[in-house]
Amino acid sequence: MKKFDKERVLLAVAGPVIALAVAFVLSAIVLIASGKNPVEPFALMFEQAGFSDIQVLIVNQASMYYIAALAVAIGFRMNLFNIGVDGQYQLAAMMAAVVGAHANLPAALQVPLLLLTAVFTGAFWSGIAGVLKVTRGVSEVVATIMLNAIATSLIVYMWKPDVFGVKVGNNNTTGEMHESGWIPGIDMGAAGEIYGLVILAVLLGIGYWIVLNRTRFGFDLRASGASESAAAASGVSPKRMVLTAMLLSGAIAGLAGLPILLGDTHTYSLNFPTGIGFLGIGIALLGRNSPVGIAFAALLWAWLDKASPELDFHGYDKEIAVIMQGLIVLSVVVSYEAVREWGLRRQQRRVGAELAAGHVLGANNTTKEVAGR
Amino acid sequence: MTAPTTATDVNQPSLEHAPPAGRRMSWPVLCLVIAGALALTSLVRLITGADGITNVSQMSTALQLAVPIGLAGLGGLWAERAGVVNIGLEGMMILGTWFGAWAGFQWGPWTGVLVGLIGGALGGLLHAIVTVTFNVNHIVSGVAINILALGATRYLAPLAFEGRSGGSAKQSPAVDSLGHFTVPGLSDGLSDLNDKGWFFVSDVAGLLGGLVTNVSWLTLIAVALVPATWWILWRTAFGLRLRSCGENPIAAESLGVNVYKYKYLAVIISGALAGLGGVFLSIVANPFYLEGQTSGRGYIGLAAMIFGNWMPGGLAIGAGLFGYTDSLNLRGGSANVHALLLLGALLLVIGAIWLAVRKKYVNAVITLVVGALVFAWYAGTNEVPNQVVSATPYVITLVVLALSAQRLRMPKADGMPYRKGQGK
Repeated sequence: MKKFDKERVLLAVAGPVIALAVAFVLSAIVLIASGKNPVEPFALMFEQAGFSDIQVLIVNQASMYYIAALAVAIGFRMNLFNIGVDGQYQLAAMMAAVVGAHANLPAALQVPLLLLTAVFTGAFWSGIAGVLKVTRGVSEVVATIMLNAIATSLIVYMWKPDVFGVKVGNNNTTGEMHESGWIPGIDMGAAGEIYGLVILAVLLGIGYWIVLNRTRFGFDLRASGASESAAAASGVSPKRMVLTAMLLSGAIAGLAGLPILLGDTHTYSLNFPTGIGFLGIGIALLGRNSPVGIAFAALLWAWLDKASPELDFHGYDKEIAVIMQGLIVLSVVVSYEAVREWGLRRQQRRVGAELAAGHVLGANNTTKEVAGR
Repeated sequence: MTAPTTATDVNQPSLEHAPPAGRRMSWPVLCLVIAGALALTSLVRLITGADGITNVSQMSTALQLAVPIGLAGLGGLWAERAGVVNIGLEGMMILGTWFGAWAGFQWGPWTGVLVGLIGGALGGLLHAIVTVTFNVNHIVSGVAINILALGATRYLAPLAFEGRSGGSAKQSPAVDSLGHFTVPGLSDGLSDLNDKGWFFVSDVAGLLGGLVTNVSWLTLIAVALVPATWWILWRTAFGLRLRSCGENPIAAESLGVNVYKYKYLAVIISGALAGLGGVFLSIVANPFYLEGQTSGRGYIGLAAMIFGNWMPGGLAIGAGLFGYTDSLNLRGGSANVHALLLLGALLLVIGAIWLAVRKKYVNAVITLVVGALVFAWYAGTNEVPNQVVSATPYVITLVVLALSAQRLRMPKADGMPYRKGQGK
């Protein structure tokens, strides 16, 4: 086992590194093609990362990306594609904002109440797709796309003044939340405040790792994801696992919008960030569904987001960052697949060589780790 | 002699009738169902006095809104029939809107159509390279293409449009119209008939009038593409080979079909069709490119295709449904929507009766209760919030999927990875 570990780490690192290099080169080509300097934008963006106020922005943004990506990753581990994280987090944030504006309990009760509201709303919304998949065989991809669209309509409906909405100028809001539900930030001096719920993101990451890697449930989940029939044969009900994974994914998704809601905006308005769920898909892919990998990916994404506005002041278009995000996802998935196939072929050759040399088969069987545990 | 043969005929589960009831409707039955739906709509119109629901202009708007959805759906159909799930339709549509308007405002609208088509096809080519050659998960690749297309057009738009007259960082200069046509005589006659307000006749006139009044040439092409797709995929050797790649690529390979080639072609055509849908948005529906113009129509096209059971005809009905509900929303008509509640209630009651006849009593009762609730909603209110209307097509799709997902049949190897020689 030990002898192989170094090469496996190399393989694991090679994927993202190749992908990032390819993405940077391709973006540079795009820049050259549009008649710009291909290096300066990156230099500017790297420079931005050194400023403490930008760092605070990056951490804040990354916390939301991180939670959304964790929600997507849980689905991925179970071979489920929860494309509905986007609708789930928006609806959940809105419900939390509405509850926060109308209920006024002491902070010790108010904050858990808001968190639970978000968790249950998210889980309810993804649960619809889960139930439809389990009972009626509806593909969760299509169901969650539909639910995203329905969530958008529902949010616009709830913004109406005679429902929960409060008009502030031209903006639709849900009214200011009571202060007992605000979560104080971590003061970083002149650089600004880090959202208090960044800690929640970290805790969720740790919880994700423990549940998936150190509990029986996590093992069942990964086993069902790797091979549903094998898991079913060993007594895991695939339907139950699908529903649980979907509910769990939605519950986490529900929390994705809360760092900014409870830490900064205190209302759900037209300016509330949208599309985090879709970005979360790319981030989960880049981070290979591992809690540490996703953290790096989320920080990378947030850096591209928050450092790019500076480009506008130097004659570049900040949209180059969006192109980079797209290129990164694409080159990531391609390079992962290529590296995986290369690793498989290598291993086959190695096993073949060992068999030819008369070694005992199975001593170095590392890819079958799931079944071996 | 005759008696035993009939007995065996009855007992034999013959192959032709193997699909469950309702899957394949014969033409007369389909016509009857459509006529029935129209008659019911007409009845609702007479009861409620909401003349707008089968108006000529309503129908013409509905058609215009249905076209981009239908084109995206056709794009999805081509790709999925060859076994490649294409969730990147949205991105390919975005490419179509940008490229169409970019070429359109400089070199005329028809060049715009062509270039938009090519833009979408390029998106399709990228999807094909990633999914077919590199064997990446199809949905993942599609999501990446959606992000990339959005970023690329947002990056290119200021470079190409800013500083031109009428152009800005988010909007292109105006594109000339492709031209409309109205069938002379027929359009006026149907319009007159529609205004009479007669039961059934006027509604049919409204529907047909919408199809012949102020129709863009691109609409005509799009409508023609539905039967054309059916003919190519189901009546030519090329189509048979293409579909065999989606059903069983290993068998296709063993018969000498170059699976890679067909998958590539199908996905490129798929991208081109989605691109055409985008062109329709940026040249016909609006005479300019606008950021965020597609607003998720690629996904809706995908839903329309699934709604239509991976068949061109069903897809067209699905797109029409989405277009019609969209048009209700666009043309305000809160009263019209309110009237449709009654139609919904009636349909649910009929569904309940049908279920009861088929001895599914529990389902029948549930349907009846839902129908009663919808009726109570109709009776108890005077208007319906617009958001209910905008959510309706999605809710209907979910309900239809929930009721019929087991009867829907996607291509067997849809979304599966394939490597040449993997069957050995």
